[in-house]
Amino acid sequence: MKGALSRDGMASRVAQDIPEGAYVNLGIGLPTKVSNFLPSDREIILHTENGMLGMGPVATGDEIDFDLVNAGKIPVTELPGASYFHQADSFGMMRGGHLDICVLGAFQVSTSGDLANWHTGGEDAIPAVGGAMDLAIGAKQVFVIMELFTRDGHCKLVEDCTYPLTGIGCVNTVYTDHAVFDLGEKRVVVRELFGEFTLEQLEEKTGLRLQFESVR
Amino acid sequence: MISKIAESATVAVQDIPDGATVMVGGFGTAGQPVELIDALLEQGARDLVIVNNNAGNGKTGLAALLGARRVRKIICSFPRQSDSQIFDGLYRAGELELELVPQGTLAERIRAGGAGIAGFFTPTAFGTTLAQGKETRRINGRDHVLEDALNADYALIKAHHGDRLGNLIYRKTARNFGPLMASAATTAVAQVSKIVGVGELDPEAVVTPGIFVERIVEVGGKLPSATRGV
Repeated sequence: MKGALSRDGMASRVAQDIPEGAYVNLGIGLPTKVSNFLPSDREIILHTENGMLGMGPVATGDEIDFDLVNAGKIPVTELPGASYFHQADSFGMMRGGHLDICVLGAFQVSTSGDLANWHTGGEDAIPAVGGAMDLAIGAKQVFVIMELFTRDGHCKLVEDCTYPLTGIGCVNTVYTDHAVFDLGEKRVVVRELFGEFTLEQLEEKTGLRLQFESVR
Repeated sequence: MISKIAESATVAVQDIPDGATVMVGGFGTAGQPVELIDALLEQGARDLVIVNNNAGNGKTGLAALLGARRVRKIICSFPRQSDSQIFDGLYRAGELELELVPQGTLAERIRAGGAGIAGFFTPTAFGTTLAQGKETRRINGRDHVLEDALNADYALIKAHHGDRLGNLIYRKTARNFGPLMASAATTAVAQVSKIVGVGELDPEAVVTPGIFVERIVEVGGKLPSATRGV
């Protein structure tokens, strides 16, 4: 049996689910990796919330221009057909339901789709939210990409988030190293398993009641 | 003849008083009006309220203004970054007040301020700590938070080219908050790399119409990357 997915493997798995013609925002960190695996035969338009559609790959050498950066403030490039716009338009694209998919990282996701990804809640932690809350509630579909367990072995898919919330009931699908979970009405559906765990073992490890996607 | 041209950044910011609310454009360093901020630093106004997406990077620009203890409060979405050490220190020492606002809500509050909208209901942040104490309302089956408009006494922004009437065009993602802040401030000051003659900007391509801009100052044509053209 195949092992659990690597971080590249997770990014590649998310990329498979982004359809032709989609307008997509990729969050900072692991979600950014998804761009490396987008199928070349699909036309997919990347949005960056600092004000651009049609974002290209990271800039190198002479391409580097600090007026052209992504949401992580990394210099990027523009593709033919790109457009620039101000911040109110950029976030209107999210809130207004124009963006098809956003892919975000997370500290925790609840089985009802609550997302916690902006603040650890630590007393000494300086809060910074950026566009996280707007992305969470804005896109038509919110995908989370994260390792299923913390380094200490705690499951990050939980009944109730203990970290401060970014958005309520906003996550549709969670892509992890062990499985893909679709979050539905009061149930968690396992669409795919990657690791060595069976569904029963995964239930035991996560402490959650899981269902397999019904056979077509 | 209308001319909004200020002869220098120093002149352009000389009347900003202590206690003023100043919007500062930029997303990180992209679109940050560094020369205007430096002039404000030199000018000496203090007890300022700054509105910016971030809270300074490194030791220059906005970070230098914070470091010189000129700022009482900052309204922003993303203060903590790998190079925000000046903000971090002041915040931890309790010497700088922070109002944290989701980025899209920040943008919309500024847009509303410039457009004469007193407030608006947005689904962003509902049910989170950033909505605590705010009025909420369920509209069309979805929960929303009431947010106020944001205006300022001054806006300091960076555009690419402009003319004496204050018409502005921007460059790539450096546009970010510029057009919004220009509209929301009583006195909007734009620094540009080049002031061109009236009629030289394509009217179809003007992003910020001159009515939103009170002062424009040319700070030299240095592009962020010397290897790139317009």
